[in-house]
Amino acid sequence: MWAIDRKLLRDLWHVRSQALAIALVMSAGVAMFVMAVGAIVSLTHAKDTYYERYRFAHLFASAKRVPRNMAARIAVIPGVERVCPRIVAHVSLDVPGMNELAMARLISVPDNRQPLLNGVYLRRGRWIDPSRPNEVLVSESFAEAHDLQPGDSVVANINGHQQDLQIVGLALSPEYIIQIQPGSLLPDHRRFGVFWMGQRQLEAAFDMEGAFNDISLAISPGTNQQAIIDQVDALLEPYGGLGAYGRMQQTSHQYISDEIRQLSTMMRLAPTIFLGVAAFLLNVVMTRLIGLQREQVAALKAFGYSSLSVGWHYLKFVLVISFVGTVIGVIGGSWLEVGLARNYAQFYRFPDFQIRLEPRSILGAVAISVLASMAGAIYAVRRAIKLPPADAMRPEPPAKYGPTLIERIGLGRYIPQVFRMILRQLERRPAKAITAIIGIAMSVAILMMGSFGLDAINYMMHFQFRLAQRQQLSVVLAEPSSPRTVHHLASLPGVRNVQPFRAVSTKITHDHYLRRVAILGIDSSTDMFRLLDVAERPFELPEDGLVVSDKLAKLLHAKQGDLVSIRVLEGKRPTLNLQITGIVTEYGGANAYMSLPALHRSLGESEVISGAFLGVDESMEDALYQTLKNTPRVSGVINKNATLQSFQNTIAENILVMRSFNIMFAVIIAFGVVYNSARISLSEQGRELATLRVIGFTRAEVSGILLGELAVLTLASIPIGWLIGYGLCATFVLGLDTESYRIPLVLERSTFAMAAVVVMLAAFASGLIVRSRIDRLDLVAVLKTRE
Amino acid sequence: MSAQVDEKSEPVGAQVVFSARGLTKIYHVGDVDVHALRGIDLDLSSGEFVVFLGPSGSGKSTLLNILGGLDVPTAGTVNYLDHDLTKFNDAALTRYRREHVGFVFQFYNLIPSLTALENVALITEISNQPMAPAEALELVDLYPRRNHFPAQLSGGEQQRVAIARAIAKRPSVLLCDEPTGALDVHTGVIVLEAIERVNRELGTTTAVITHNAVIASMADRVVHISDGRISHIDQNTTRSSPSQLQW
Repeated sequence: MWAIDRKLLRDLWHVRSQALAIALVMSAGVAMFVMAVGAIVSLTHAKDTYYERYRFAHLFASAKRVPRNMAARIAVIPGVERVCPRIVAHVSLDVPGMNELAMARLISVPDNRQPLLNGVYLRRGRWIDPSRPNEVLVSESFAEAHDLQPGDSVVANINGHQQDLQIVGLALSPEYIIQIQPGSLLPDHRRFGVFWMGQRQLEAAFDMEGAFNDISLAISPGTNQQAIIDQVDALLEPYGGLGAYGRMQQTSHQYISDEIRQLSTMMRLAPTIFLGVAAFLLNVVMTRLIGLQREQVAALKAFGYSSLSVGWHYLKFVLVISFVGTVIGVIGGSWLEVGLARNYAQFYRFPDFQIRLEPRSILGAVAISVLASMAGAIYAVRRAIKLPPADAMRPEPPAKYGPTLIERIGLGRYIPQVFRMILRQLERRPAKAITAIIGIAMSVAILMMGSFGLDAINYMMHFQFRLAQRQQLSVVLAEPSSPRTVHHLASLPGVRNVQPFRAVSTKITHDHYLRRVAILGIDSSTDMFRLLDVAERPFELPEDGLVVSDKLAKLLHAKQGDLVSIRVLEGKRPTLNLQITGIVTEYGGANAYMSLPALHRSLGESEVISGAFLGVDESMEDALYQTLKNTPRVSGVINKNATLQSFQNTIAENILVMRSFNIMFAVIIAFGVVYNSARISLSEQGRELATLRVIGFTRAEVSGILLGELAVLTLASIPIGWLIGYGLCATFVLGLDTESYRIPLVLERSTFAMAAVVVMLAAFASGLIVRSRIDRLDLVAVLKTRE
Repeated sequence: MSAQVDEKSEPVGAQVVFSARGLTKIYHVGDVDVHALRGIDLDLSSGEFVVFLGPSGSGKSTLLNILGGLDVPTAGTVNYLDHDLTKFNDAALTRYRREHVGFVFQFYNLIPSLTALENVALITEISNQPMAPAEALELVDLYPRRNHFPAQLSGGEQQRVAIARAIAKRPSVLLCDEPTGALDVHTGVIVLEAIERVNRELGTTTAVITHNAVIASMADRVVHISDGRISHIDQNTTRSSPSQLQW
């Protein structure tokens, strides 16, 4: 080993704790990068191969009842490659060991083969035997939630008949990578499952011989999707078509795309923050190190080392640190990725989900960490390169100080000398102080981002499910029914309130913006289900006109008072021109509302309802479920509290895990920044501090000077960190504003407080470590040395 | 000008401030024991001006550090008035330095971020009965430059600020370690004049370490130290004024 490299290693060893702190900050950024890239690549790859092998459709359309021959007419639309007509029905289930109702979506599959589109992957068991009655495949997540095995059976309420469904296999489909009940925002694997059943049996059960009510299409690449949608809609119109839509409005696809989007936001944001802070720390440490080694630089140059080889020497110093950081980061990131994949397995069902440790992501990690460390060190190293040997032999000129701003404006005499030292120290090198403040502020910000997810979701849940939707159950009827149904529902055991609604599928157009939306007509004489404005105030449904959620208003580029054109996709299918008479706040989906009488009037129909919200006496719930299970007209029941509970158990747990990682990363940053700032200050002021000890200052007083500086930096950084954190959360919110949901920018006071406290504790801990070094200052040496 | 006298001699009638007996200091450097002091017996009296003279490594700094409460002897005792410094713990030593000792260092050791006046005030703020910082600066003729920062002062001026800082607390003893070591003759003389004036006007017991024999002539007593021992003590009958000194 060259002697100069031996010097490098010993110098590194000398500053090992600082070097390690920086390497850890780097490793946090690298880990997030490796994890995010790995997850994006794994998810995208799993999704794409799944879509391809199992022929995930491009377009989807439902209708009431379409004659089989229409499928052939759709198949010949230019650009359509393949069509797959089928029957889809919703039924309630009676699952052994479960009091509440579970809902099932039954999907028909050809009797002897895979469907042409949306193939079914058989995880266990066997394919349906058409010669045996009522055999079904069940979605794996539902089976797991109930511990159902091939050979077990569940009872379905099909058109008023109790039928045993014999489970012969557990299956997956690219349509249901994540499985969410229509009308619900959250997955609930216990209460909603997908079942695949032989076509002839479903035809018979639902009176659909020679017909279908759902069709999927594959289209050639590069064709105009909207043109095909328009033609499909025109063909299905006479048969109660509900409007075709593409993958972007397909629930499962939407959720996965959102997840990938979120990951790529994380992939960009997190490494930028962490590596930026690491670069700053390297800059500080290298500037100090090269400053202390001026004489050594001079000697090396005097003995004939070129300026460039001196520069390379110090760059290698930085590269060793970034190498250590990258190695820790890649290992940590891979470990995080495995953990993330385990989380994904709870929500996203793929036939085969492989964690892919991308060599590219490791190369990328190396590249970004080397770039960041170079950026951090280059300024200091350039000084070493440029230093003329003769100058370098002399010690650095003494530091120049001046009165601070506070003193210049005449407040000086109120400041004790010690505090004056601190202020001048900070003001003499404003750039150093500001970067340290920003560094600490970043850890405050990261802590806020960590808690933000939980704050936002708690608020969403509170707003949506406690303030707005106060019903316990939502009951959806298979067919629009007469108002007598309301009385029937009211008479069921345990039902306290009934708030009927009418939901009708429509296409709403404003300018050239079009959305498929179900308009919900609400009876506002009861107020379980309420609409709210942004300040959580109840919003009174106007007598006339259409009320839209803020998300829908944005998608339609419409504002209050605008006229929109509404194409109703049911019944007499009228076209309505309505004014937007209100915009309400919602965090899930793009929805539209009308008062129930106004909707009935517009549709020209009598007082039919499509369902009701129920207020329920919880002690009677079991009896109510029993009755509902035997009510043929009910095609869907959503139990709000149960869904929330299952959500809490899964997602909230994951968020807590993420939050603890965030806290860990933020503590690493706070500690790294504060510890390094303190060590540098100690190195710069060690002689002064020792002098003060000699002339009679106590350890506590001397520590106070150094730690006071850190305290000022830390305290100054907290409000700035709050601002940055708020900004980062806002950026995150923008990056996550999707069609399926919108995350409110809500940060609880406790989040602000927690971020401040954690950072102060980290700063305090690093202060204590540095304090122990102050205690070991060599008092005698300072009497004899010139710095 | 000077006369050889008995080792333990001391001015008659003056109060003894420091009394050292059998002072021994052994440093362990690696595997080697370095005997810095090998049994020093010495008394310093109130108001006395003593110069410790000796080559580098003779142990004079170690002696000064022990007197100043920065270091503790390996063996022997050292009393400050009726306190045994060897029995003091770190906090007590700090309090001792804070209340009774004024230090002047070879390289001034001023706080660069504080002005001349503030460097003095730094000490007066933690002392019991200090003089006003301005008054201390007057004593070293630097009041007009009170608002200058160390970087704006010459070496001699910085050292005089350091003296003002040391004496502003009205210490019982002023300990100066090579106070002119980093200065040229002219500035060195001005600094010595300041020290001498403090000793004369305030009656502060003053000990100056130097390897510059010329300075010895301004002291009451000159303690010659070599190889960790007092080789002999000179008693000056008259003290030279610093302006007469040449080196």
